[in-house]
Amino acid sequence: MAGTTIGRLSLWRNVRVQRFVIQAAFAGALAAFGYYLIDQARDLELGFDFLEGRAGFDISHQFGTSYNRNDSRLDLYIAGIVNTIRLAGVGIVLATLLGLAAGVARLSGNWLVSRVATVYVETVRNTPLLVQILFWYIAVFLQLPRISESINFPPDRISFLPFFDVPFISFDLAFLSVRGLALPWATTNDGFSLWLIFLAVAAAASIAVRFWRGRRQERTGQPSYPNWWLLGTFAAIALVGFAIAGGPLDPERPVVGERSYDGGIRLTAEFTALLVALVTYTGAFIAEIVRGSLQAVPKGQTEASAALGLSPFQRLGLVILPQALRIMIPPLTSQYLNLTKNSSLAVAIAFPELVGVSRTIINNTGQAIPMFAIVMATYLLMSLAISLVMNTFHWRLTREGG
Amino acid sequence: MRTRWLLIGIGLLAAILAIAAVACGDDDDDDDNGDTPANGEEPANGAQVGDTLGDVVARGELVCGVNDAVPGFGFLEADGTSSGFDVDFCRALAAAVLGDADAVEYVILTAAARFEALSSGQIDVLIRNTTWTLSRDADLKATFATTTFYDGQGMMVRVADGISSIDDMAGTTVCVLQGTTTELNLADRFASGGLDYTPLTFEENGPLEAAFTAEACDGWTSDKSQLAARRFAYAEADGGPESLVILDETFSKEPLGPVTRDGDTQWSDIVNWVVIGMITADEKGITSQNLADFVADPGNAETARLLGVSFEGGEIFDSNLGIDADFMQDVIGQVGNYDEVYTKNIEPLGIPRAGTLNASWLNGGLIYAPPTR
Repeated sequence: MAGTTIGRLSLWRNVRVQRFVIQAAFAGALAAFGYYLIDQARDLELGFDFLEGRAGFDISHQFGTSYNRNDSRLDLYIAGIVNTIRLAGVGIVLATLLGLAAGVARLSGNWLVSRVATVYVETVRNTPLLVQILFWYIAVFLQLPRISESINFPPDRISFLPFFDVPFISFDLAFLSVRGLALPWATTNDGFSLWLIFLAVAAAASIAVRFWRGRRQERTGQPSYPNWWLLGTFAAIALVGFAIAGGPLDPERPVVGERSYDGGIRLTAEFTALLVALVTYTGAFIAEIVRGSLQAVPKGQTEASAALGLSPFQRLGLVILPQALRIMIPPLTSQYLNLTKNSSLAVAIAFPELVGVSRTIINNTGQAIPMFAIVMATYLLMSLAISLVMNTFHWRLTREGG
Repeated sequence: MRTRWLLIGIGLLAAILAIAAVACGDDDDDDDNGDTPANGEEPANGAQVGDTLGDVVARGELVCGVNDAVPGFGFLEADGTSSGFDVDFCRALAAAVLGDADAVEYVILTAAARFEALSSGQIDVLIRNTTWTLSRDADLKATFATTTFYDGQGMMVRVADGISSIDDMAGTTVCVLQGTTTELNLADRFASGGLDYTPLTFEENGPLEAAFTAEACDGWTSDKSQLAARRFAYAEADGGPESLVILDETFSKEPLGPVTRDGDTQWSDIVNWVVIGMITADEKGITSQNLADFVADPGNAETARLLGVSFEGGEIFDSNLGIDADFMQDVIGQVGNYDEVYTKNIEPLGIPRAGTLNASWLNGGLIYAPPTR
């Protein structure tokens, strides 16, 4: 028997058979679980017809959508999605900036700066997000004055100390109260579509100019400032177009009405509280990612760039950060995904994002399973989109070598 | 080495199969009991549909879905106990079924989560100021028992704002709870008046009250009883109850009562007849104080049937509800009749019973018990 085992293992010990059996068993168990779930749901009357029904209630925040109570539940859900995207989009940008600043600050040689950053990161990272959202809303934004006592900017008078009190600018640009922050905005008039054409031309021309300047710099080696040229070209064409279109935007200042602000654009206390909570929370995690990535760049890089005579700011911006970015991107992506998903806590403080409106729809129709399936599919799509963008970025970064 | 991996693999496989077997086992159990929503809604293969009563008795405890934020109706006290009008009906049901009014586990639910909790079987009965509507009855597969409290939606505003009717409220912001009929009625009422408004829709009463107190909204809309309760408890530091006014207009009918799952008629009947029994006891003047006298001498046949005692040597009336014939003795003895529960919980809020819809029909109200026969 001794000779036969060379080259021929028993079936029991054949690694390929083992793998096959284990994987088949796992797939079988998964299928059984899936069947169990479907079997449980089979008797329920499932369908998506309810989405076509009249929604019947109003929501407080809309951005670019014009849903009203007589529209379908699908329109309502879309308004909820737009609210989520708006919150997550702005949140991701601000959280990245905050996280970058706090992460760099934690490594600062300045004792005070690094301690402040440490306290921020450790406090915010170690308390629950829902508590923070309620804190920002109730303890901060709801403490602002009522609308009739709005804080105005610029102030009418400047006064400090008992003896200094002089009149200042008497017209108001912005107001702040518990009803939110009212800012000047602009409405469009007839010339706007003409100006849009100019903007498109400006975009095309500026990209072409940047390309030309970039090539010139590569060819001659002389600094040709392609990005400044891009900005300059765009601004020049846009301004000329603005004049030709006869001023397509009418500036509009907010006015304090009896119970709401009229005109201008309003950032509500609910949206702002939510944004601040999400940004500070996610920013703390990003700060740790930034710190870890910066520390992962070999110390020799810092020393070498110092030896070349670069300033500390140049060292960070030109040498360290580009290398750290490659390490940073994958964990950063998961923070972006977290921020997007955490925005579903918004319902606690009356911001109607997609989970909030879905729960009301479920309450009115009883269609919990199809609605939650739609919500899950929506988040999955948003997360995949974020991952796609970030992975593409990361791929380009690693391929080009930073 | 390879053997070890194989053993680990087999172990994992066994674990997975065990989990799958447990899952399938659950499935079989559910077919017998039919207490999941999937099976509870459709009587399949002539199997027994739902046995909430059996589950409650086996557990020795009633699981009741309640509110925690409306004083007088369902409120979580500082010491962790629940109290209120709705809570007393949970206690009455536990007294009827288990003989012990304290054998209740309270599950605190938000307005938005309550029907999910009911249909998933997390709770046996929902008694959480829930309005009886057609779509809830049909779409949400809920069964509503006799109305315990006739309510209506109102609007509370600050006296200082000088609002005297809903029609003065154009351009205002209104605070409302998510997942309530209130949210829909609000939209309908403002639409019919052609009024522009912004709703601030909260999931919980706490942040809503904070927003209202901070004047982030001009109006607070809810059932009038709830508004009265919140107004009653409005902090003196914020101006006290006198700084708020509930507008006269009632813009919806809100009949509130206990809710059970569709498909378990026996359990729904029990819930219904415990409520009716408490109303009957009120009509007949049977209270927790004088219960013993009526048990000793019922005085008439209906009282004897209600209390499950013999009248003039006759046979004891059996309701066939599946619980003891004298269940109302436990209910009245441990919790009280309808009027006692109302007086204890709701009168302190400043809502008297006399002269309202919730007075007995004998006094011109709507509270009326079908005959116990």
